[in-house]
Amino acid sequence: MQSEPQAIDRPFIQSGRSKASDVRVRNLGDRVFYVTARTLASCVIVLALLLVADLFRGAWESIRQFGLGFIVGTTWDPVARIFGTLPTIIGTLVKAAIGLLLAVPISIGAAVFITFYVPKWVRPIISYPIELLAGIPSIVFGLWGLFVMVPVIRTAQIWLKAHFGWFFLFDGPAVYGVGVLSGSVILAIMVIPIVTAISRDILLTVPRLQIEGMLALGATKWEAISKVALPYARVGLVGAVILGLGRAIGETMAITMVGGNAFTIIQSLFDPVHSMASQIASEFTEATYSLYVSSLIYVGLVLFGITICVSLLAQLLIWRLSKGKVAIFE
Amino acid sequence: MSAVNKAVSRRRFQRKITERLAVGGMFLCAGVTIFFLLTILGYVLYHGAAAINWEFLTSLPVPAGESGGGIANALIGSILVVACAAAMAVPIGLGAAVFVNEFPTARFGRFVRFLAEVLTGVPSIVVGLFAYALVVRPMGGFSGFSGSVAYAFIMIPIILISAHEAFRLVPDSLREASLALGIPKWRTILSVVLPASSSALLTGVVLAVSRALGEAAPMLFTAFGNPFWNLNLGKPIATVPLLIYTYATAPYEDWHRKAWAASFVLLVVVLFTSVVTRAFLRGKSHE
Repeated sequence: MQSEPQAIDRPFIQSGRSKASDVRVRNLGDRVFYVTARTLASCVIVLALLLVADLFRGAWESIRQFGLGFIVGTTWDPVARIFGTLPTIIGTLVKAAIGLLLAVPISIGAAVFITFYVPKWVRPIISYPIELLAGIPSIVFGLWGLFVMVPVIRTAQIWLKAHFGWFFLFDGPAVYGVGVLSGSVILAIMVIPIVTAISRDILLTVPRLQIEGMLALGATKWEAISKVALPYARVGLVGAVILGLGRAIGETMAITMVGGNAFTIIQSLFDPVHSMASQIASEFTEATYSLYVSSLIYVGLVLFGITICVSLLAQLLIWRLSKGKVAIFE
Repeated sequence: MSAVNKAVSRRRFQRKITERLAVGGMFLCAGVTIFFLLTILGYVLYHGAAAINWEFLTSLPVPAGESGGGIANALIGSILVVACAAAMAVPIGLGAAVFVNEFPTARFGRFVRFLAEVLTGVPSIVVGLFAYALVVRPMGGFSGFSGSVAYAFIMIPIILISAHEAFRLVPDSLREASLALGIPKWRTILSVVLPASSSALLTGVVLAVSRALGEAAPMLFTAFGNPFWNLNLGKPIATVPLLIYTYATAPYEDWHRKAWAASFVLLVVVLFTSVVTRAFLRGKSHE
């Protein structure tokens, strides 16, 4: 689709460069317009560069002080002025991983259901609410999570601890309610719509003929899906999951409200543990001296680095399969 | 012979069962997702509708412990901050999209589009840090404007991507017809391509605005919040999502009720725009 305008546009720009005066006037307008558009497009690149530069500049004091040891440091002591952020990195990754573990089967199941099992006219009825869920602001998830979900999870935690407390994952402070489990569940709920929507778009690119061929051979629908459609879409689905991972890692408000913000290394599912984002959110305005602020920005820089790597990987996988047909939104 | 038949029919039975189980499981998956949506909507509706009234929408917050009061300053603040952000993001997003689609020179345009997709993945808290380092520090204090910068940063890639997709849908025959009449390229873009895609462009902008309206994380250390009236973007300013965070994490029962009510307002605005725009996008893309 994009290649056709190129064919007309190119000669036009170049041909305007010669001959009579009216052409030159027209050329001037085009020139100005071109330069303006190009400048605005450059703004996007400048902004991206500024983002990276500003994060580095903001974190510089801390980078100079702690270097890469910051990433593996396990002390966060504003009084002694020693900072290291390993526990929050682990907290973030564990919550995101458990969240995805819960979200992925549900998302892909829902996506397969919408794509292959539902008649075309019913599709919007199911996929529409899922898209609506994606539109709910993270702060509302946080509010709902804090007042509705956390009490439920607290009850479940107390029951689990009473009956399965010998298992190390359930051997934590169950009575808080807020903690790794709550954080993971809210992340799962928030990631489901994104992964579902992209998986559905990817599954729609599976050639219908292949599935029909399978059905013609006498396969049941599920056999056709599990043996043809899913393997075909595998790369893209992995991309969708990784995109969800990126969102889960960067998620801030909801995780700040239900993740339980304590600077410790995870030991059980019930521990209240900081994520990188929640640590920045909850401590930034209380940071009283510049090394403290700088260290929090350093945490932001690490978070940024991780999410960028993850989203680049996701984009690469999704593009490889869909060849640009699936646009990534939100 | 009958033994073989029996084996075949048993195998068929197993396959049918697997099929049924798979369908059931997937139905459950879709059901669970919709269930979450409904419970969240239900709770916000239930708690929010109980606490919302005219006073809530039109008066200032009162100190904890006093009854009454509202979120009028946060409503106005949100509108101001987002409007200022849109004023920055729309020209950049649209201009860049025009460049990417209408001047497909070499790799530059494609790189910008790719960058926009990467930027949508930047965590909102990091955007907040960026605005803090870029605006708050040099200006020496929290301000509504720094919040606008953060929001603009979130909106630009959304506007750029949706506008690019909109421009792609404009048939080339329209451009060719205009060019064949001797109309210069810039006029062609401004008076043929833009009008032809105007509704889709608007959709993208509205989508970006509604996304920004709900973001709380970038406001924590930029707009910062403010319990009083403030229309000056150079000063700290209250916004609805940040107010929900402050109220929800405070220990007062009354503030919790207000957080629900504010969420109700936010959800109505955000979901309404999202319903309208998505319905619109859907209608377009199915043609």
